[in-house]
Amino acid sequence: MDNEKDILEVRNLQVNFKTYAGDVKAIRNVSFDLRKGETLAIVGESGSGKSVTTRTIMGLNARNADITSGTIMYKGEDLLKKSEKEMEGIRGQDIAEIFQDPMTSLDPTMKIGRQIAEPLMVHKGMKKEKALAQALEMMKLVGITDAENRINDYPHQFSGGMRQRIVIAIALINYPEILIADEPTTALDVTIQAQILNLMKELQDKISTSIIFITHDLGVVAGMADRVAVMYAGKIVEYGTVDEIFYNPKHPYTWGLLSSMPTLDTGGDELPSIPGTPPDLLDPPTGDAFAARNAYALKIDTEQEPPFFKVSDTHYAATWLLHPDAPKVTPPDQIVARQKKYAEMQKDLVKQQRPSIPVEEEEEQQ
Amino acid sequence: MDYENAEKILEVKHLKQYFNVGKPDEVRAVDDISFDIYKGETFGLVGESGSGKTTTGRAIIHLYEPTAGEILFNGKNVDNFTSKADQREFRQDMQMIFQDPYASLNPRMKVKDIVAEGIDINHLAKDDADRSKKVEDLLETVGLNKDHSSRYPHEFSGGQRQRIGIARALAVDPKFVIADEPISALDVSIQAQVVNLMKKLQREQGLTYLFIAHDLSMVKYISDRIGVMHYGRMLEIADSDEIYAHPLHDYTKSLLSAVPVPDPEFERTREEIAYDASREGDGKERKLVEIAPHHWVRAADDEIDMYTQRAHEASLIKK
Repeated sequence: MDNEKDILEVRNLQVNFKTYAGDVKAIRNVSFDLRKGETLAIVGESGSGKSVTTRTIMGLNARNADITSGTIMYKGEDLLKKSEKEMEGIRGQDIAEIFQDPMTSLDPTMKIGRQIAEPLMVHKGMKKEKALAQALEMMKLVGITDAENRINDYPHQFSGGMRQRIVIAIALINYPEILIADEPTTALDVTIQAQILNLMKELQDKISTSIIFITHDLGVVAGMADRVAVMYAGKIVEYGTVDEIFYNPKHPYTWGLLSSMPTLDTGGDELPSIPGTPPDLLDPPTGDAFAARNAYALKIDTEQEPPFFKVSDTHYAATWLLHPDAPKVTPPDQIVARQKKYAEMQKDLVKQQRPSIPVEEEEEQQ
Repeated sequence: MDYENAEKILEVKHLKQYFNVGKPDEVRAVDDISFDIYKGETFGLVGESGSGKTTTGRAIIHLYEPTAGEILFNGKNVDNFTSKADQREFRQDMQMIFQDPYASLNPRMKVKDIVAEGIDINHLAKDDADRSKKVEDLLETVGLNKDHSSRYPHEFSGGQRQRIGIARALAVDPKFVIADEPISALDVSIQAQVVNLMKKLQREQGLTYLFIAHDLSMVKYISDRIGVMHYGRMLEIADSDEIYAHPLHDYTKSLLSAVPVPDPEFERTREEIAYDASREGDGKERKLVEIAPHHWVRAADDEIDMYTQRAHEASLIKK
């Protein structure tokens, strides 16, 4: 998987949090790559480790975090070996983050022009006037109307959607290589969410930033992501291109996630739901952490952790169901319908003489 | 929705709920809305933040004194419940499930006391044993264990807490439950569990729900009929399938077009419809008009033809 297009390579990352009750194993051996210019979505429930993963990349973990193993390679260097001082140089310059809540991520006592210009002054040593001029350009770019007059306003004078545009302007002012967006639209209304997501796509085209997009909203993922990683209980359980994850998912947890979200044409008396709750990461279960909630669990799931099985060159899933000796199971109805749609899309692709993505289930062990 | 045998349980008539009345910062949170809710149905109320949907819910359960208008519950005006007995009966019949399962449970009370609070106030239990029995039954109904009754809220996950909130609402045997964003604080896999529980309870106990939410796909799934609010006004009311398939008002169209769908192919071709709210401020008098059978749209006199035309195109009106 080593690829010169990879801009970030996370390998075997393990993060524990020390608490009075013991060590919470928040990230349990996570590896992934981020390619230049792509959007990688990390999806999962709260507590699955998505935010801890990105905070570890940013070097922003709480003090009780203990990174027990792993490397995060960026431009040939391991971010985990950097000093706090060096990380300060990287944050906001090479790697920037948009946080979830636009209400709390801005300084209420600072004019927004100054807040947008600050990264330029800090990282590039730019003079205030020049930085403010660039901040003005950025405000226009992210669609803040009447930017000339509003540059001296304070955050409370803006609506939630406008504030999130300001947060985006701050994150992008240095044209970062990597943008981490942690639930950037969760606090916004759907119509505003649509505007912000479109804006992010537009800006990504302009400055070719790679985006790590964290969300629990699969609808947003479908519209934003090139590739998707599904996390559960501190591990990545499945990853692939957005089409592979949405139309040909292999892990029962991904099946559950996709089926439990009603689409606008879901009917019926009962919504398929995943029973139970996620495991306690103070003491993660042996074997597949999802086994206890999994209707498709095999005996081996409670004994031994499944490795990643290859589905295609770009699609891997960690479930014993993909083992050649595993019994064949039929996924939930909604998933079968999705697979059918995928098969048709593949046919269309071949018809159009476009290079198709390999989808055959070559189940071989990694 | 079967309108033939439908019986109204709640009628909201020209409800206005203003705050800071007469002051420069007067807010017209709810501005002259009218709608009915039928017995046994789920009425979904959707809208963006600031649209007045939560204020409407709170006005109905009488947490506010309405600025103008009437709310009739089982044909009786809620405002006229002056005697203690009337008020108690009303509070028993109408209950609420809150949005935030972390803030809505008293952290210093045991689960059994939280659930039994309504039972105690209304003297519904004969003795202590009866009270415990009732609490245990309720916990079982909502899918919790009776051993949970002596624990404190912090020992539970978000989904379990919301179940406790539901058990508390059910304790006084209500007829009508207002659920204000009951699942938005929960994870996707847990949301489905809570929605299924609410549907099950509705089937078993014949409850009527007012379901307030901004998650449009979940609202459509759970609701029989839906009302769309914007800027404190009701813009459109119709059966949930119909309003999603054939929205007539531009705002509803715009709102629906912005919902992200978990289908990449659909997302690639999705077009959002922009909505220009300035038309609402043009000073024309508008009211809800029944454009197609049971499909209401807020319209000015000279807009009725346009909406009727739209309804014809969607074949909502049979000739």
